[in-house]
Amino acid sequence: MFAPVSIRNLSVAYHRKPVLRDIDYDAPEGELIGIIGPNGAGKSTLIKAILGLLPLASGEVKIYGKPYKEQRHLVGYVPQRESVDWDFPTHALDVVLMGRYGKLGWFRRPKAEDREFALECLQKVGMESFAKRQISQLSGGQQQRVFLARALAQDAQIYLMDEPFVGVDAATEKAIIQILNELKQQKKTVLVVHHDLQTVTEYFDSILLINMCKIAAGPTREVFHADHLQKTYGGRLTVLPETSNMIVTR
Amino acid sequence: MTDYWIILTGALVASACGFLGCFLILRKMAMLGDAISHAVLPGIVLAFLFSGSRDAVPMLIGAAIFGLLTTIIIQTLRGQGVQSDAAMSVTFTALFSIGIILVSLFTRQVDLDLDCVLYGEIAYVPWDPLKLGGMDLGPRAVWLIGAAFFISLVVITLFYKQFKLCAFDPALAAAIGIPVTFFHYLLMGLVSLTTVASFESVGAILVVAMLIVPAATAYLLTDRLSVMLGLSIGMGTTSSLVGYWIAKLLDASIAGCMSVTAGVLFLLAFLFSPKHGVITRWWIR
Repeated sequence: MFAPVSIRNLSVAYHRKPVLRDIDYDAPEGELIGIIGPNGAGKSTLIKAILGLLPLASGEVKIYGKPYKEQRHLVGYVPQRESVDWDFPTHALDVVLMGRYGKLGWFRRPKAEDREFALECLQKVGMESFAKRQISQLSGGQQQRVFLARALAQDAQIYLMDEPFVGVDAATEKAIIQILNELKQQKKTVLVVHHDLQTVTEYFDSILLINMCKIAAGPTREVFHADHLQKTYGGRLTVLPETSNMIVTR
Repeated sequence: MTDYWIILTGALVASACGFLGCFLILRKMAMLGDAISHAVLPGIVLAFLFSGSRDAVPMLIGAAIFGLLTTIIIQTLRGQGVQSDAAMSVTFTALFSIGIILVSLFTRQVDLDLDCVLYGEIAYVPWDPLKLGGMDLGPRAVWLIGAAFFISLVVITLFYKQFKLCAFDPALAAAIGIPVTFFHYLLMGLVSLTTVASFESVGAILVVAMLIVPAATAYLLTDRLSVMLGLSIGMGTTSSLVGYWIAKLLDASIAGCMSVTAGVLFLLAFLFSPKHGVITRWWIR
């Protein structure tokens, strides 16, 4: 049995400055996994490294036992919302349709069934009535939902999501978490870069705590406690009263 | 008849440039067209020196090589942490200067001067015909620019979804296996080809203007990429047509009048575009 995502000795550097060092991790299949750590801890870098978007200084990443290049079709990706220009001349449905491009190969164009599938994905995130809306006219939460729908259109086994809860309204957050749970029920593995410590125990089955190195990984109830958080966040973490209630004390 | 050849040449330059300009604008690389159009000069000069003729083919190859070289240098500098606009300016001023030095060094060997390299004159286009077996096939510029436009059309149509995704979300494009760097250089190759094919016969100002202005105008008028591409061609053609008659009326520079017309069309869109126009929005409020 191969893990959906298996990371060995992974190190990444930007302009020779190390960002990630010696990460070893096996993602458990069929779980919602939170990647937790402070700003600049290398969470997004980790996701990009898994997707082969960055050169690795050392180590390797395997998707179900094989290199990412051979397994692209199994992986869906939700980049950070701010990473694209929302003034791009296109509408919501068209963005979702981009999720089908990977399956189309070099020359084929999206067909009617791709369009239908994309529309279904928009429906799942509750955005079907905005299908023909120019994307700059959507709210932040709506844009995030379109991005999620696009990942659904990729029809993958593993989903990598970079900060999907940033800058979204409460309704969108609820809608997203509902979709994530549906994906889990379909035995899909979902890795989510997340920074809101208050919702960690509620959302995720297991977590990976990183700050350049791996601090800890495992089931949330075992791993998410004050010791590890202190190690992950260093002096920067002021444990708020309401957060500390949620942290399991040993 | 010369009227129509000049208008057709202007329209072809405007369409070919405007079409590619859409992608430059969406990728926030509008200035790259300007950079390439200057940086190809050493390529043109070297091609002259090696081939010893003013033949279009070696010149196009030389220029295309330097066009690509420009984008590679810019990309490398950026990758090493140089600011994007600084990388562009440094590269194209350096290459352009090398071109000027080459021209000044070798003008005695080849019949070549700065004027004819830098400021092709669209008014002379009809008097440089393409002859095949003694048959006059119309101006050489029309064939050259027409071919460049045709190649761009075919390539962009064939890989429309790749170019679109690379422009909107290069990270996702790379993640699903689209060779983003390849398509970047393919686009730059098309820009170099088009720029050079136009440059020699119609002059620098018209090329630089048409790479940006019609596309920027189209961007203000629509929310669809496909419509934007079509509109940029329409805007370019209109600029050529109207610009030519204004030039005739005023007896002024044709390329200048065409560029100014494109600018006026942009201003109109900027003020009165149904969705984004400054006046329109003010009126609705």
